[in-house]
Amino acid sequence: MTSLNRLMPVAATTAVFLLGFLICALVFPNFASLRVVMNLLTDNAFLGIVAVGMTFVIISGGIDLSVGSVIGFTTVFLALAIERWGIPPLAAFAIILLVAAAFGAAMGAIIQYVDLPPFIVTLAGMFLARGASFLLSTESLPINADLYAHLSDLAFRLPGGARLTVPAMIMLAVVLAGMVLLHLTRFGANVYALGGSRVSTALMGVNVPRTTVLIYTLSAVLAGLSGIVFSLYTSSGYSLSAVGVELDAIAAVVIGGTLLSGGYGFIFGTFVGVLIQGLIQTYISFDGSLSSWWAKIATGLLLFAFIAFQQITLRMARRPRARAMGVVQP
Amino acid sequence: MTPNDTHLLELRGFTKSFAGFPALNGVDFTLRAGEIHALLGENGAGKSTLIKTMTGVVARDAGTLTLAGEAIAPRSAEEATRAGIATVYQEVNLVPNLSVAQNLFLGRQPTRFGLVREREMRRRARELLAGFNLDIDVAAPLESYSVAVQHMVAIARAIDLSARVLILDEPTASLDAHEVENLFAVMRALAARGIGIVFVTHFLDQVYAVCDRITVLRNGRLAGSATTAELPRLELVRLMLGRELSEATATRAPVDRAEAAPVAAFTGFGKAGYVAPFDLALRPGHVVGLAGLLGSGRTETARLVFGAERADCGTATVAGAPVGLAAPREALALGFGYCPEERKTEGIVAELTVRENIVLALQARRGVLKPLSRREQDEIARRFIRLLDIRPPDPERPIGLLSGGNQQKALLARWLATDPRVLILDEPTRGIDVGAHAEIIRLIRALCAEGMALLVVSSELEEIVTYADEVIVLRDRAHVARLTGEAITVPGILAAIADEGAGAAPRAA
Repeated sequence: MTSLNRLMPVAATTAVFLLGFLICALVFPNFASLRVVMNLLTDNAFLGIVAVGMTFVIISGGIDLSVGSVIGFTTVFLALAIERWGIPPLAAFAIILLVAAAFGAAMGAIIQYVDLPPFIVTLAGMFLARGASFLLSTESLPINADLYAHLSDLAFRLPGGARLTVPAMIMLAVVLAGMVLLHLTRFGANVYALGGSRVSTALMGVNVPRTTVLIYTLSAVLAGLSGIVFSLYTSSGYSLSAVGVELDAIAAVVIGGTLLSGGYGFIFGTFVGVLIQGLIQTYISFDGSLSSWWAKIATGLLLFAFIAFQQITLRMARRPRARAMGVVQP
Repeated sequence: MTPNDTHLLELRGFTKSFAGFPALNGVDFTLRAGEIHALLGENGAGKSTLIKTMTGVVARDAGTLTLAGEAIAPRSAEEATRAGIATVYQEVNLVPNLSVAQNLFLGRQPTRFGLVREREMRRRARELLAGFNLDIDVAAPLESYSVAVQHMVAIARAIDLSARVLILDEPTASLDAHEVENLFAVMRALAARGIGIVFVTHFLDQVYAVCDRITVLRNGRLAGSATTAELPRLELVRLMLGRELSEATATRAPVDRAEAAPVAAFTGFGKAGYVAPFDLALRPGHVVGLAGLLGSGRTETARLVFGAERADCGTATVAGAPVGLAAPREALALGFGYCPEERKTEGIVAELTVRENIVLALQARRGVLKPLSRREQDEIARRFIRLLDIRPPDPERPIGLLSGGNQQKALLARWLATDPRVLILDEPTRGIDVGAHAEIIRLIRALCAEGMALLVVSSELEEIVTYADEVIVLRDRAHVARLTGEAITVPGILAAIADEGAGAAPRAA
């Protein structure tokens, strides 16, 4: 019964997505196509990647506000490294992932050892990373490397003119890897445990400092990867790119059924949460006459609805149950 | 070598000071293999400090620790666990949102290629729990089970971590009689396997029911250690208190008071599925005790009377006039006071000072617009601190820093400050030391002598007998017996609880 309760938010999110897709398909005759679905994946690849990292952070009871800035920094860094400094793209990718990892590890370490709230630490990280990208350049820099042109052409061609692009493939791989890591490994169990009770987790012998640092490292690395995908997607680097993406990611995670207070949630829910946000965008672009701000309003309303729904299911789940459940045979 | 002669754990000269104040002073403690050893003492005697220094949670200032002849010096609970000393605290230190199986094996789940073998883990969890007579769905989250089951899981985890020494810190505080019996059965089985068990509890009955040996601490020193057989109850209490507990065990002088008109009377009062309709009269200068097993409807009755739960049938009259009693606000306005059982969650506001906690209810009754002046507050706080002997007598100390007994007194003061006509006390002596018990009981009597009407819920039958003028016995959420005068005796109450072959052996604790 309780495991059913736990799956309910994810089931509801999925139902909302399917319903939304159905509505779109009824309103716009050529909506229900593989091509639209594939574009949905491509257009939201960077958000999906960063939201997977955010899911880990939120389930552990934390928050990471720095990811949008890390994406912005990554795009600027890549543009400069490839175009100005002549670093080969693949080497530049490796460098930025290492930088992001170090950045995330540092935030995790401060949260753990200085014992500061993740909100403040990652807020500082957000300003720091955004400021650093302005320091590098304030202009929008195009990236003309061969690899970029090559990668944006590379795609699985599917029937109906649909293309499974590299960004989409990277996101799907990250989602799958995230599921395995969160649901099937010791590390994943530790992440849930931290969200359930930090004190107990430490008393049970889990290396809490190591786990905390790893969680924020993971989130930052995925933000870096998301930045790479973002620069592939736009073929440019700009210090103002991906502003507010951390909030979109948090919204996707919460819409996906993860509890903001930690301890409960699924990667799959986050994935669907990202798709729902993408679906709203797609609806607006299909309609053509609506302002894109309607996407924000729709997302806001959905968020409210899901938080209310979560509170209701949570209250139902926590209603005192008969002690009979764990009868001890004398 | 018989198990009983093996010195499994030996502490010599344990000393620890906090900010110059000695909490432990040269304490020796010996635990034999296969022994259940009670560690007793009043609050502040040094039990918690001894356990914390033993398990490395707190560093000791001096002393040696040997486990099976080998000197060890754990610096954290983790190291102590690895060495073979595991602790299960009253608050279950597991992770509620993880499955039972994950809780049992967190950090050491069976894996293949880095992936947890869920099915294998569940199989092992079921096997492990079967050894504890527990047959539950191990894939369900821990939080879906009762505290008793969670305790069992915590113990199973501790034992499976190859514990040779198991420390149980007040594991029975929130268990009912049946669950306690189960725990004892498990403890005996573990002892039979040669595991040494340190058992910390406030319930003396339980000590005599299950323990082989008793060590008593007082004021951070070793007060005495003996086998249970050699230490009769009176001697034990003397060791714990350093004096005879004459007040708590003295019988009450029978008071012949004319039946005064009730302050509050309830007729057919009840709520479906909560407490069956009951009649109850609370008279000035009268103590009504509510007795029964855990979950029998005692606290529920108290909550109905206070309006914390809304009755759906019957009538209530206060001073002859019918009242609705739909909310605590209304009860408060009528001059009711209620000290709930869960001090920490429903009673005290730990961050506020003793003074602020004491004036809370009075201020609430006066309303926000008529604040008590600081001078009035100081005056009230000082008066009650003196009256109830709250220690330390510092009104500006955060109440969370006081011992359980003194917190309870401050809570009493909160309601006394409102000068109530009816005062409801739910387990006023739970979780506080024996010395404070006597003082609370003395207070109850004094209040009653002043003409207050009291309704007291208590599991301590010996105590109820000393102060109650009338005892109502509850069973299965219904009032089943009403004892008055000479009929109020412990055997009498037990008989009423156990009536109709209710099965479970009733326990005073």
